[in-house]
Amino acid sequence: MRLPRGGARFVFGFLALPVLLYLVFMIGPYLQAFYLAFTDWRGVSASPHFNGIDNFVKLFKDEVFWKAVTHHLVLLVALPLITLVIGLFFAFLLNMGGGTKGVRGSKFYQAVFFFPQVLAVAVIGVLFQAMYRPDKAGVLNGLLDALGLPSVGWLTNPNLALWSLIAVLVWQSVGFYVVLFAAGMASIPQEVIEAAELDGCSKARMFFQVTLPLLWDTVQVAWVYLGIAAFDGFALVATLSVDRGGPDGATTVLPLEIWRNAFTFSKYGYASSMGVALFILSLTFAVLTLRVTRRERIEY
Amino acid sequence: MSGALPQNPSRRSVLKGLGMAALAAGPLSACAFGSDDSNNTGSGPTGTKSADNPFGVAANAGLEVVIFKGGLGDAYATDVHEPMYKKEFPQANIKHVPTQQIAQTLQPRFASGDVPDVISNAGSDMMDNGALQGEGQLLDLTELFDAPALGGSGKVRDSLMPGSVEAGLVAGKPFLMKYIYTVYGLWYDSALFQKNNWAPATTFEEFDALLGKIKAAGLKPYAYAGKNASYYQYWMIAITAGKIAGNQVLIDMDNLKDGVWTSDPVRQAAEAWAMIGKKYLDPSFEGLIHTEVQTAQNQGQVGMYPSGSWLENEQKDQTPATFQYAVAPTPSVSASDKLPYGAVRAAAGESYIIPSKAKNRAGALEYMRIMLSKEGARGFTQKTGNITVVKGAADGLSLSPGNKSSNEALNKAGDNIITYNLFEDWYKEFETALRSKTNELMFGRISAEEFCKQVQAKADAVKADSSTPKQNRTS
Repeated sequence: MRLPRGGARFVFGFLALPVLLYLVFMIGPYLQAFYLAFTDWRGVSASPHFNGIDNFVKLFKDEVFWKAVTHHLVLLVALPLITLVIGLFFAFLLNMGGGTKGVRGSKFYQAVFFFPQVLAVAVIGVLFQAMYRPDKAGVLNGLLDALGLPSVGWLTNPNLALWSLIAVLVWQSVGFYVVLFAAGMASIPQEVIEAAELDGCSKARMFFQVTLPLLWDTVQVAWVYLGIAAFDGFALVATLSVDRGGPDGATTVLPLEIWRNAFTFSKYGYASSMGVALFILSLTFAVLTLRVTRRERIEY
Repeated sequence: MSGALPQNPSRRSVLKGLGMAALAAGPLSACAFGSDDSNNTGSGPTGTKSADNPFGVAANAGLEVVIFKGGLGDAYATDVHEPMYKKEFPQANIKHVPTQQIAQTLQPRFASGDVPDVISNAGSDMMDNGALQGEGQLLDLTELFDAPALGGSGKVRDSLMPGSVEAGLVAGKPFLMKYIYTVYGLWYDSALFQKNNWAPATTFEEFDALLGKIKAAGLKPYAYAGKNASYYQYWMIAITAGKIAGNQVLIDMDNLKDGVWTSDPVRQAAEAWAMIGKKYLDPSFEGLIHTEVQTAQNQGQVGMYPSGSWLENEQKDQTPATFQYAVAPTPSVSASDKLPYGAVRAAAGESYIIPSKAKNRAGALEYMRIMLSKEGARGFTQKTGNITVVKGAADGLSLSPGNKSSNEALNKAGDNIITYNLFEDWYKEFETALRSKTNELMFGRISAEEFCKQVQAKADAVKADSSTPKQNRTS
């Protein structure tokens, strides 16, 4: 499409201010963090001292850093996988493969699934504090108690804590992907579905051989989104876990360690080097995902 | 039929575009750390020094006071100290800033050099005093302690409880003014104990038996909050180690002395407490926060709780009228302990600081002198229910059961005062690890020996870290 005369100038005129704001408030701090990563800045002086790659040498020997990275890897696999499977399943039920009507009341479910998405993370944190409360006053342990079962330390058992947090992340994000996939499925052409049905295609086969391939682009986008979410998790870990990231580092994540090193230990330089590591990790992930999942677009 | 799915060539190009934008943004962005203005010493306007005005406060200079508005509230500042300052200098304009987020509010101001005059550096988001001092951001308060006491005789330092000035030492100089005198120990409901014929234990064997009796009565005998207050528990371990071997072991902890955490007294203390944890600590407490556990105690579900004397005031809205707070010293490990059963930890706590670049330094010093006057301290006790470091300031005030109990414990202890752990102020990183390891120990995931080894390893790591400024104390 060609812009009318002077249109480009018009468009850039509108874009200039937001781009400038973005540069100053988003990109600028990024660059400063890169600079600080090579200093021993403690956050209170006006002149950081340059200390080369000291921070990164320390980082590679830091047990807590590797713990956090391991947790991100677990999140990176578990979070997209679980969320996508549940999201696709629900979306399929709501649409029955696309075009045709889903289960009864599917519009209602679609709205309900979306609810967690509109809640602020802090609200979700408080909500799940009540769910996971370790004594019988907790929702889950209250139920277990009513059934005569012993209480479970959802967040205090080091083997369970990270999974309890992943469950919250999944619960929170599934609704969005249900809606995303439902929209994707709704746009699959009716003829394809009808043709498959006429050939006597079962529901399961329809899903795996018709719906999923035609939805591939959307799934790919979803995977990148969820992967990036897997590098965060700060708010939930900070509000829910024992001792912020505990028990004994069993649930810690990089953003939390960045926050702790900066604001609790006053090691802003070191925290920045962690931030750089996180930046590189998430960038690598995004690039890899885009490369690996790139394939021929199906035209229809 | 094409175009049903959104085209997405943009993702790649957007990423590329971002990279370009990043390069362009450098010169535009404002710096987080501002320009170097270390020349600004910020002594501010001064008046003439006199006997009544030992710091030479300029009568019309403004004063900015930042108060951590937590358990103590901020009425002690707005209703007591600030009016007293105003009375001395009616022309002065006081800016009162209450906040719960000290670091978030003040850290950027320190970085830019635009700092307030007096700060109560407290709460879970307090700033690292060691880091502030290391960067030359704090004012040496020697001048304050050597000034004549307001409304009394002698110097300010002579009007304070023993150890108060020393509690605020960083790098050998008093940079912190520690204001509240706190007694630490095991807190319980004396009315409940009386009713059941329970008495605080003097040895760990007795303690074991007592907690057994409390458990048999259907209560959770012992509790602390693992989610956010595991330090209450490492205090107890440190106090017990101090009782076994004397204060030297606590001094060694603060000085990051090699092998102090793996030494016998600390290991014995860890063993004794791990036994209590194993037998009497309900696993659910690891996931609760301090107020939840404290409220459970107020409701008669918890026997003994390790804490400091602020507890009664913190809980006053939840405490039923029949509940009578009392404190007991930690039990002795053996008859060969260096300090007697009655020894308690008592320490000056709650730091107040003056930034070295404060605009009205003289006014800030005067404000602290007001806080440390008998009248100022008395007003503080009336507003907050906490006893200050000022000797005899609370005399004649009718004390609450908890404060009365604290006073009795102090009287019984006499000279046997166990000192505080200054590593909490000095080495936050070590302290954070100690919290985690304390939970590991008390909830039975590691043995006392592993606890000692892992904590010592962290102490060694902090000691070896050249970027952390080191502190030292000898008493």
